Amino acid sequence: MAEEINNPKDESAVPPKPAAAVPPPPPKPAAPAAPPKPKGPVPEPWSDPLVDALKEKFGAEILKAYSFIGQNQIEIGKARLVEIMTFMRDNVIGQFTYLADETAVHWPKAEEFEIVYILYSFEKNQYLRMKTRTKEWESVQSVVQVWGTANWLEREAYDMFGVKFSGHPDLRRILLPEDWVGFPLRKDYDLRLQDVEWVRKHLGIESGQKYYVGEARHETPDYITPTD
Amino acid sequence: MSTKETLFDASELTVSMGPQHPSTHGVLQVKLKLDGERVIDAECVIGYLHRGVEKLGEHQTYGQFVPTLDRMDYIAAVSNCLGYCEAIEKMLGITAPPRAQYIRVIMTELNRITSHLLWLGTHALDIGAMTVFLYAFREREEILKIFENYCGARLTTHMFRIGGTQYEIYEGFEDQVRTFIKGFPQKVDEYETLLTQNRIWIGRTRGVGAITAKAAIDIGLTGPALRGSGVNWDIRKAKPYAIYSEFDFDIPTGSMGDTYDRYMVRMEEMRQSARIVGQAVEKIPTGPLMAKLSKIIKPPVGDIYHSIESPKGELGYYIVSDGSTMAYRARVRPPSFVNLQALKQMVAGHMVADVVAVIGTLDIVLGEIDR
Amino acid sequence: MDFAIDNVLIPLVKIGVVFGALSGVIAYLTLLERKVIAFMQVRLGPMRVGPHGLLQPIADGLKLMLKEDIVPNRADRWIFTLAPVITLVPAFIVFAVIPFGPTIDIFGRKVGLFITDINIGALYVMAISSIGILGIILGGWASNSKYPLLGALRSAAQMVSYEVALGFSIMGVLMMSGTLSLVGIVEAQRDSHYWYVFLNPLGFILFFICGVAETNRAPFDLPEAESELVAGFHTEYSGFRFSLFFLAEYAAMIVISSMAVTLFFGGWLRPFPNVAALGFLGIIPGIGWFAIKVAIFLYSYLWFRASWPRYRYDQLMKIGWQVLMPLAIANLIVTAILVLVFGGAK
Repeated sequence: MAEEINNPKDESAVPPKPAAAVPPPPPKPAAPAAPPKPKGPVPEPWSDPLVDALKEKFGAEILKAYSFIGQNQIEIGKARLVEIMTFMRDNVIGQFTYLADETAVHWPKAEEFEIVYILYSFEKNQYLRMKTRTKEWESVQSVVQVWGTANWLEREAYDMFGVKFSGHPDLRRILLPEDWVGFPLRKDYDLRLQDVEWVRKHLGIESGQKYYVGEARHETPDYITPTD
Repeated sequence: MSTKETLFDASELTVSMGPQHPSTHGVLQVKLKLDGERVIDAECVIGYLHRGVEKLGEHQTYGQFVPTLDRMDYIAAVSNCLGYCEAIEKMLGITAPPRAQYIRVIMTELNRITSHLLWLGTHALDIGAMTVFLYAFREREEILKIFENYCGARLTTHMFRIGGTQYEIYEGFEDQVRTFIKGFPQKVDEYETLLTQNRIWIGRTRGVGAITAKAAIDIGLTGPALRGSGVNWDIRKAKPYAIYSEFDFDIPTGSMGDTYDRYMVRMEEMRQSARIVGQAVEKIPTGPLMAKLSKIIKPPVGDIYHSIESPKGELGYYIVSDGSTMAYRARVRPPSFVNLQALKQMVAGHMVADVVAVIGTLDIVLGEIDR
Repeated sequence: MDFAIDNVLIPLVKIGVVFGALSGVIAYLTLLERKVIAFMQVRLGPMRVGPHGLLQPIADGLKLMLKEDIVPNRADRWIFTLAPVITLVPAFIVFAVIPFGPTIDIFGRKVGLFITDINIGALYVMAISSIGILGIILGGWASNSKYPLLGALRSAAQMVSYEVALGFSIMGVLMMSGTLSLVGIVEAQRDSHYWYVFLNPLGFILFFICGVAETNRAPFDLPEAESELVAGFHTEYSGFRFSLFFLAEYAAMIVISSMAVTLFFGGWLRPFPNVAALGFLGIIPGIGWFAIKVAIFLYSYLWFRASWPRYRYDQLMKIGWQVLMPLAIANLIVTAILVLVFGGAK
């Protein structure tokens, strides 16, 4: 179900129905041969002095810049993340002094996390999305020193996904209890899953979790209770 | 000086405020390190109300997810609904018809008044002015009656649908709203006579929890808290959504970024919201309530970020769609979560009694922080 | 026989009447507080117990007496029980010197409407009310817990600070009347034809503010506010012992109100005692005027509580020492000069 959107498919690539290629049949009272599907929004390449300045300074790290439904996005590599972000915050073309959000998206097939930064510039009154990818077991540089907002936002990304941020002053769980095992927002964590040990230890009851046949997105032996 | 440490020699005392406490709004635990009466450090422990809303977003269809979002910021539920519906509408490339937009704006602004009234009541109550709490709730009752007449619910309203609104406005809606708006500015003046010039109130709020504009932007503060520090930024004016561009209203800002300025900003915002509602209710256009869209909502593959100005700050939705009926990632950017980070720096060096005032002035709601 | 009646029976009857009336007033003051504040807050207050909630104090009293007797684990049991008593008893015995009315004729005997009239009445009141502070400290101490102790010390520090200014503020009156006896002060006001509040207004204002702070009432009630961390000296108290602290607070309110009336508002004198044209006001007896005036003061207490936020502790102490004390001393000096210049009871 999860499709890669690294290279979003152009929807007009869906071939129109063959009926349109042969001589048109007599017109029917109902809808004739299905017209080609209307083109949905497509990511368009986005060029901007800011992108040029970035490419000039960081070259290969700037992978892509495009615009989807009017929202500008830049994909970058993670090697010089803090430098790029500091540049984004301080440069004269558009000072993105405000970090609106920082979150992660899990792509299990590629075993990657996509870290998304949503920046805003007061001067240009513009939002910008920056994305970077990291493997599940690798860490990403923390941008806490660039924007103080990132402190709790990164803690939450760590809590929910297990993304490790290097250089974060205080990387520990924020929403879940300190000794919870497991990262809930990953795609291989079932909706109804609980940390059975934690429940047993802190609540003194058996979690009663059953092995959901057919409903679990990813069936792992670890999460079967022995009493089944 | 005796070297044996006794209770009275303790140089640092760690006190835990909450999670159950009359003054933390919701289940929030604040661990304070005290030196006598002064706070050296404050650490917030959150997560007591975590219900996994973002995970639910991946397992519910787009339409089903809307009522779940009401439960996030349960004080001002209408904003949550509006933000999400608009985000999905943007992705689908449709806009709600004008009549629906007007109803949305009226309800959202009434909802802003509701939220600020509750803030006022609880903030004043924490500082000791009990009476303002009851007066504010009297006004809030009037608005909740309007909500109940409109959609059947007072708190978790689920008023809007993706594409417009479902319910038609009821008979007498305009009159009820007009009556309320006519009397409301006097009520705000009433609250102000009790508090604004009161030297005890000024003494408790002036200079308490001050934060500069630069520090506020750095820590990600938004909403009235940011405007109290002098940054004139409101998403309704900066990136207008839902026909706010058609209305005439001002954005109040403070100057010193302390509790008193934030209080004045929110009081003025209530008046401005009443102004917007007063303008909107006069010219609700006729027309359909829902835009044309298919029964099964499948946004195109891609992602979108849409934010609105909720009463607490910038409420953002980052939705990643994989083309199916359920979101691939439904991220909510909660304003209170980011605002609460500022507590640490706002409270450092103040007295213990000020912690309560600062938590009140940040206007947090734990449902949103913990999701 | 006369001696026995005059010196034993009548005082005992007076004590019984005052004690009974006082207990009733305190009990119904709790109800009145809830009702008055409720009406100010657009609601009704207790309505269920009895018509319009009139039996509420009885219900509350019964409830508190029948509650489980909880004493903290390693608390000092005797002092834990003694502390509220030490706070309550002084508040009651202060009423021994407060004049409720003039000397009237009952069955041919001259009976003064006061239990006794000692010639150091004002000093007695100040001294006895200071004892109450001891009970608060002991209560916090005996609870054997960090927070009640700190709360008790804060309460006590507040009360002691404002006591000093309180003492200074009444000195103006004492100089003008030339006597410490409370009955003497009321009579001096009658003789000077003006209530002392008109002659020494600053003294009255200081007295009342300090009085509100003495009794730990709003806006000076931070040490016992619920939204405070350190929850106050009576955290560990419940049931009957708590009710004693609770009653002591209201009794102290009535003491301050009665003292304000006696010292500044002419005690049992009617308004404008020198204006003969208002003689019809004499229909209400002295004790009635006293009651009306005390009621007005008690109402002000409730009004303050409903309207104002509370001061932070450091602001509270600052006001006590840096504002009220200098004002009280200034008041004292000015009054002294005026008394010297204009002589005697002016």
